[in-house]
Amino acid sequence: MNMSIKTPIYLDYAATTPIDQRVLDKMMPYLTSHYGNAASRTHAYGWAAEEAVEGARVEIAKTINADSKEITFTSGATESNNLALKGVAEYLREQGKHIISVVTEHKAIIDTCKHLERNGCDVTMLPVNAEGLVSIEQLAAAMRDDTILVSVMFANNETGVIQPIAEIGALCHERGVLFHTDGVQAFGKVPIDVKKMNIDLMSISAHKIYGPKGVGGLYVRRRRPRVRLSPQIHGGGHERGNRSGTLNVPGIVGFGEAARLAREAMPAESARTFALREHLRQRLSEIPHAILNGSLEHRLPGTLNMSFAYVEGESLLMGLKDIAVSSGSACTSASLEPSYVLRAMGLDDELAHSSLRMTIGRFTTRDELDYVADQIKFHVERLREMSPLWEMVQEGIDLSSIEWTPH
Amino acid sequence: MAYSDKVIDHYEQPRNVGSLDKNDDTVGTGIVGAPACGDVMKLQIKVEDGVIKDAKFKTYGCGSAIASSSLVTEWVKGMNLEDAEKIQNSQIAEELSLPPVKIHCSVLAEDAIKAAIKDYRKKHGGGDEA
Repeated sequence: MNMSIKTPIYLDYAATTPIDQRVLDKMMPYLTSHYGNAASRTHAYGWAAEEAVEGARVEIAKTINADSKEITFTSGATESNNLALKGVAEYLREQGKHIISVVTEHKAIIDTCKHLERNGCDVTMLPVNAEGLVSIEQLAAAMRDDTILVSVMFANNETGVIQPIAEIGALCHERGVLFHTDGVQAFGKVPIDVKKMNIDLMSISAHKIYGPKGVGGLYVRRRRPRVRLSPQIHGGGHERGNRSGTLNVPGIVGFGEAARLAREAMPAESARTFALREHLRQRLSEIPHAILNGSLEHRLPGTLNMSFAYVEGESLLMGLKDIAVSSGSACTSASLEPSYVLRAMGLDDELAHSSLRMTIGRFTTRDELDYVADQIKFHVERLREMSPLWEMVQEGIDLSSIEWTPH
Repeated sequence: MAYSDKVIDHYEQPRNVGSLDKNDDTVGTGIVGAPACGDVMKLQIKVEDGVIKDAKFKTYGCGSAIASSSLVTEWVKGMNLEDAEKIQNSQIAEELSLPPVKIHCSVLAEDAIKAAIKDYRKKHGGGDEA
């Protein structure tokens, strides 16, 4: 092993990121000396907090070419997704009840859609193709007179596949339907322009871009069209009435700084991340029967999702004990289901069980990736030697010809 | 999820990985599970005078599935068929301290040894006579 490498190696930046030291430095005073409540209008503590919050709002807005008044702070993207969908559905109840989304969305969207369905909305979940992409034609065909909202994620959390957001935005704009996107994985990593892309609402989060956990935001368009929401958390009327509750000032300050750093570093950082990702992809492609999941072309720079056929994902993770990656396999989570995202792309269950998600970030090095590639190669070979499926394939047996005994 | 030391031990140093000749009359083969479910076990036994002389396995599945099948091959060696048939999944789960979500791995291992014995008996006259 290369002695310059420190283990464990973190390759799960899509799950969360460490706080950048520069972000933490900005936050610290707001945890200690500048502890005012941003809603306190009567003294300097409150003014300082409010000023810091508004500064952060500007930085976040700039990152997506929005106006700072269009950013509503929340506790995170799950709340933002809930607020966007429930808020619009409730506010536009008289105009329509039909919502369109996609089967590969994050659970925060899928479960919110199910909730809305139970409460009288009609929801259409669009399929994706083998690359993980939605079809504009299918979206257009799914729209009805009473469609009020389309929600399509910018980039997928498991595969990194980027949807045709500008085209979807243009279509929604033309049909007069609001367009929400879950921008959590894309925000700060790829250029986003809410005006050019006709995005009306977008959920974003701090902890995916080297900011703190527990703070997120919802972009809510103010002009052409002016988007209105019914608040889901009532109280003091904070955030223009969209979301009440004392603002998480240090969190928001960190979010703002994280957004600024991501924006300024984006061209260099995305090029570096992309080069590293491609290096890892090529190294792993040396393994026979290694399959890339999702479009290569329409993909976040740092996300890689691959299946290693005939090796079950959780057993592979167990071998990679000093590497932090995630698996789309059943047994990893409490539910005994393989990844619904990969299945929606038409991957058969066996390959979905054999998948690994590796996400590269700001602190990943090439040496680390070489170590990871060597480890994966070693364990895939070892586990294949132990795999009855691999043995059958080597003997020329077609696995699909066998009558299995599902349990 | 934290694995028990015994699961880790069997995962890192699996006992009796390999294959026996499935066409050999003294060998019984059991293949259970399905790729779609995320686990497939192949368990083979070599029988002489009603006693299991050798056992081999190959498993596609999580660490607990690998450990369950590895453990069973260790247990059955030297056992007669009647005793091997009596192995219960609960014994496997207990020995490996499997958490509730992994109990199905031990069930699969029990099914695998039963299937291997059944296959061996089939080769020797359909064998309910034991």
